[in-house]
Amino acid sequence: MRPLAAESGTHRPALPRVLVQARLWLWSNLFGSVGNTVLTLAAVAALAAIVPPVFTWTLSNAVWGAQPAAACAGIDGACWAFLHEKHRLILFGRYPFDEQWRPLAATALLIALLAASAIPQLWRRWLSAAWISGLLAGGALMWGGVFGLAAVPTKLWGGLPLTLMLSVVGIALAFPFALVLALGRRSTLPMFRAAAVAYIELIRGVPLISLLFMASFMLPLFLPGGVTVNELLRAQVAIALFTAAYLAEVIRGGLQGVPRGQYEAAQALGLGYWRAMAFVVLPQALRLVIPAMVNTFIGTFKDTSLVAIVSLTDLLLATRQAIADPLWRPYFLEGYVVIALIYFGFCFSMSRYSVFLERKLRTR
Amino acid sequence: MARRDAMPRPDAEATDRPMIEMIDVHKWFGEFHVLRGISLSVGRGERIVVCGPSGSGKSTLIRCINRLEEHQRGRIVVDGIELSDDLKHVEAVRREVGMVFQQFNLFPHLTVLQNLTLAPIWVRRMPRAEAEAAAMTYLERVRIPEQAHKYPGQLSGGQQQRVAIARSLCMSPKVMLFDEPTSALDPEMIKEVLDVMVSLAVEGMTMVCVTHEMGFARTVADRMVFMDMGEIVEEAPPVEFFARPRSERAQLFLSQILEH
Ligand SMILES: Nc1ncnc2c1ncn2[C@@H]1O[C@H](COP(=O)(O)OP(=O)(O)OP(=O)(O)O)[C@@H](O)[C@H]1O
Ligand SMILES: [Mg+2]
Repeated sequence: MRPLAAESGTHRPALPRVLVQARLWLWSNLFGSVGNTVLTLAAVAALAAIVPPVFTWTLSNAVWGAQPAAACAGIDGACWAFLHEKHRLILFGRYPFDEQWRPLAATALLIALLAASAIPQLWRRWLSAAWISGLLAGGALMWGGVFGLAAVPTKLWGGLPLTLMLSVVGIALAFPFALVLALGRRSTLPMFRAAAVAYIELIRGVPLISLLFMASFMLPLFLPGGVTVNELLRAQVAIALFTAAYLAEVIRGGLQGVPRGQYEAAQALGLGYWRAMAFVVLPQALRLVIPAMVNTFIGTFKDTSLVAIVSLTDLLLATRQAIADPLWRPYFLEGYVVIALIYFGFCFSMSRYSVFLERKLRTR
Repeated sequence: MARRDAMPRPDAEATDRPMIEMIDVHKWFGEFHVLRGISLSVGRGERIVVCGPSGSGKSTLIRCINRLEEHQRGRIVVDGIELSDDLKHVEAVRREVGMVFQQFNLFPHLTVLQNLTLAPIWVRRMPRAEAEAAAMTYLERVRIPEQAHKYPGQLSGGQQQRVAIARSLCMSPKVMLFDEPTSALDPEMIKEVLDVMVSLAVEGMTMVCVTHEMGFARTVADRMVFMDMGEIVEEAPPVEFFARPRSERAQLFLSQILEH
């Protein structure tokens, strides 16, 4: 006899264990009390109201494939033909059409590097070598002018590669700067502390938009005539400076969470300030704030869409340009749905990865 | 006390200069005068036990010896190096002085072996393989080589404190400072840590221990230092100190702790 039935002391033929457990789960979680029952029924009703229309719009009534805009007129569903027509513009902006394999390859390279860096078994010295060569190759692909590739000025760059580049490079530049700021803010030397506090408060006190504007329109006024700084570079630096201020505060929170005895033990061993920070304090501090750091990264990733105001064609602005085509204007919703899914895909991956990393690094 | 006689005695005449010399050391925390004119000399191979009521400044005193706390007046010289604002001197002293804390302070994100090899590799510039081999011999000495690849959080308190002692020994210190190394331990683990400390003493390590383990003090100490209110009130060999404390404060203190 099965143990479960034996324990319960009944003499009915025993159900398979899985079914018994499923029934128990359903009973206790969905219909365990009056409140639970009401919530369950309400949820079922809501799903019944939402799912069928979404299904009809996205799939059964949708227009697919290479069709003219006219094919979508008057239909009660998604016009995926719009994406068929405009996906290259949305993904790559105004990058020369025949050269768009280059941003595609550069994006694939960047995503591959990110994915490889996410795997702890690959955290070896060669990974930084891979990043350096990967970034050089990606830059060569995007800029051209070498290996017989036609040169493409940065003002033609756009779409997903631009968004990814602004985020990844922005975060990569912000991180070391944020470390310095966080350590500076906890320094015993008043001058460092004051400088770090002033920077953090100043940058956090203004919106990213105004930083982007200042970088784009005010900086040239201060530079001597004839000296110009690339627009993309200006936006990139503004994003990095902005992210660094937020990240510094997050890291400072982590530093506060590491007991003083850790630093003292490192000092007593003769490690000195920098090595104590690098090997003892920071590894613990950063671990404590992985969720908050990822939160900042997700914020930066989405904030890159603000570069549209200084005329950089990121993923969002490229989509708006696609919608601006009078023929396809009615199908803006399809465009926004798709880039929302792209943004969501990246942000959700970051969020899940932070959960994984936290578990992985939790000290036993 | 056969064991005590078997220990190598520091030969006061032969040691040309003391290992640690504190001369009229004063320290303030803000307005609060914690150390009030401490003068203490510790010879090579000498074992000092510091005791005294809570808040009397025992921790502060030994933390001044490796400059985890700065003193404001007086002089502290360790192995001929004077502690001052000069970071080079401070780092030189810290390389020679090991310290064991009440709360162990092992690095929780590193394995036991990594805890032991971190400083030898980065401070002594020892090749990794050599540092690991040395670390293993010290782990054997504290009798937990099988824990080398665990994280501190997986060990008992007594094991953690023995790892902490081994971690200090890996830097081949000339002096070991102990700040109440057994106070955070469950009673059944105290002995395993004290045994390690006794074996260090037998080998002739210069030691300054803050502890309330009077049995340990009797066996190991060459000299008892009794502190109260930031001053050294009494200094005497343990036999004398326990049998005939001179000051009233020491008598009161001893009657309180020996009652238990
Ligand atoms: N960082 C600090 N700032 C201000 N006061 C301090 C600081 N550290 C210690 N003190 C004070 O200095 C006095 C001596 O402290 P210390 O830790 O040296 O005493 P102790 O003899 O080790 O006591 P215990 O047996 O409780 O460990 C105490 O009154 C304590 O409150
Ligand atoms: Mg103390």
